[in-house]
Amino acid sequence: MRSDVAEAKKIFARPESLTDVPTHYCPGCGHGIVHRLMAQVIDDLQVREQTVVIAPVGCAVLIYNYINADGLEAAHGRAPAVATGLKRALPDRLVISYQGDGDLLAIGTAETIHAANRGENITVLFVNNAIYGMTGGQMAPTSLAGQKTKTSPYGRNPAEVGMPIRACEMLNTLEAPVFIERCSVHDVQHVLKAKRAIRKAIQNQVEGRGFSFVEFLSMCPTNWGMSPQAAAEWVGSEMVDYYPLGNFRDR
Amino acid sequence: MARGKPDINSERCKGCALCVKACPESILELSESFNKQGHHYAMCTDADRCTACMSCAIICPDTAIEIWRFAKAG
Amino acid sequence: MSEAVLMRGNEAIAEAAIIAGCRHYFAYPITPQNEIAAYMARRMPEVGGTFLQAESEIASINMVLGAAAAGRRAMTSSSSPGISLKQEGLSYMAGMELPALVVNMMRGGPGLGNIAGAQGDYFQATKGGGHGDYRMIVLAPASVQELADLTVAAFDLSDRYRIVTMILGDGFLGQMSESLVLPEPSKETFDKSSWILDGAAGRQPRRIASLRLKPENGVEQINLQLQSKYREIEASEVRFECYQCRDAEVLLVAFGLAARVCKAAVNQLRAEGVRAGLFRPITLWPFPKEQLLKRAGRMSKVLVVEMNSGQMLEDVRLALGDKVPIEFYGRMGAMLVEEEQIIQRVKNNEK
Repeated sequence: MRSDVAEAKKIFARPESLTDVPTHYCPGCGHGIVHRLMAQVIDDLQVREQTVVIAPVGCAVLIYNYINADGLEAAHGRAPAVATGLKRALPDRLVISYQGDGDLLAIGTAETIHAANRGENITVLFVNNAIYGMTGGQMAPTSLAGQKTKTSPYGRNPAEVGMPIRACEMLNTLEAPVFIERCSVHDVQHVLKAKRAIRKAIQNQVEGRGFSFVEFLSMCPTNWGMSPQAAAEWVGSEMVDYYPLGNFRDR
Repeated sequence: MARGKPDINSERCKGCALCVKACPESILELSESFNKQGHHYAMCTDADRCTACMSCAIICPDTAIEIWRFAKAG
Repeated sequence: MSEAVLMRGNEAIAEAAIIAGCRHYFAYPITPQNEIAAYMARRMPEVGGTFLQAESEIASINMVLGAAAAGRRAMTSSSSPGISLKQEGLSYMAGMELPALVVNMMRGGPGLGNIAGAQGDYFQATKGGGHGDYRMIVLAPASVQELADLTVAAFDLSDRYRIVTMILGDGFLGQMSESLVLPEPSKETFDKSSWILDGAAGRQPRRIASLRLKPENGVEQINLQLQSKYREIEASEVRFECYQCRDAEVLLVAFGLAARVCKAAVNQLRAEGVRAGLFRPITLWPFPKEQLLKRAGRMSKVLVVEMNSGQMLEDVRLALGDKVPIEFYGRMGAMLVEEEQIIQRVKNNEK
């Protein structure tokens, strides 16, 4: 230590709820950021010992290796149903369903809508990276018009396959949800906002207020064929352009 | 005078360079060397100018950075 | 309680589940088992349980999975096409070793079929409609009393072995009303605290998952564990009924509703001096192969009677080999097998 420094304090450390293991995520992938924010909020609210995380099928299929809490596997798209069953069985536990775009908006559309519509007292965290990462970069329901993917090599053609689906806006047509917000994790300012949204979404469940939903626009550098920095820029410009950030509902 | 320092776990770093972009003082760079995973890890090139703003740690997807803040002497 | 009540089959299942301590019922409407959901919708709130009509059969089996992971006795009910939808969930629950009751009141198929009772899902239930090397305990009741008794037994079996148990009934059994004595709750208790997901308070976090990418033989290890469990179940949990087998020369083999018709046929045949008997498997898995072989070995022939194209027939053939001639009489598409046809086949070809 230098002589003119009285003391040093660690002001940013790994949260206790985030296990200290290397992740399998690609460099610059947004999952790591969202995992850490979730872990920070769980620490801040001191709810780690009540938490059960429901894993998706997607890149985050092994999320329970990274979060220091009970973890439950779910079949692709079914996490909100699994969360419903678990939450009805143990209403005072914190049940978080963590999902990607295929899980939440393709195969799991019905489960997503109905858990939200029933107002299940759970928290759904939706990582939207406009592509199917785990399986190698196929088009997702959230892929942008013109976006080239393994299954839209000429660019997504809305005339053939429709426009991307906006999850927040869709859920916002339902009566029951109490919190719906879209964030992004492409720069520091937005990451901090995302953390505040997660905190609200989890606090709502702790207080028994009902269904909370947070969507995160996130980077997938590998499957977008971009560097992580370019991917972050793409989120900030292209994705935000189609998926407006902000709060849709906050009861 | 440094207000703090980033403690970068060079083995955990994947060289994504999001921290390099995020640092308002531009004092982070990817090193020429590799870690065991084969990534060029991030490093702080001018520790004196660290303001302990935590931007690098906040954006790091791998929680590879921890931040120390120095209290002022006297 | 020991007084007899008159109940519809579907409702007897529901009440028996409540008696067994089930407090989480998730399902989706499908004929011919809708009475189960209607009964549960009324009855679960009375006992402080959860009734939830899910958005699909897929959602409901996954809700069962969630509640089972939390340590609760949970169940769902459906009929053939809905059970097809649940197959992925059943495979997951097998790999995750989660207990639950799944009720299939079979109807005519394949496809949308019809809404009357059939036995066409034997393969699906016993050979796995879901993927992978797994088994479920499959129970085949043949009366409203058995629907109730086996429901209570099913929860115990599920919890004892951490396995899904299926009640394989059919639309007729579900719709018919018979008198029964409601079963007593089981005296057995099961301590699930060592494996359930209820939050890592004062313990290390756990996970319940069927995915195991590491080590390379991780899934093989899971499978070896499952197989060892299945051998244990095969050794201990076989159930069957022998009706007039002791001095029989011709053995009918049938399960569920078909067995009732066979019983009537046996009675008629005996009255005419024909020594017929009925071997009725109650566990379709584990199939009572040794017990069947012991009785069938001395028969002049075996006649398998099913309301399908010949599904249990294959297990009978596997069990008996060429030790005794095996014949088959069946009807498909939810048509009832007929007593007269059974009698004729026993008498005409009697060797």
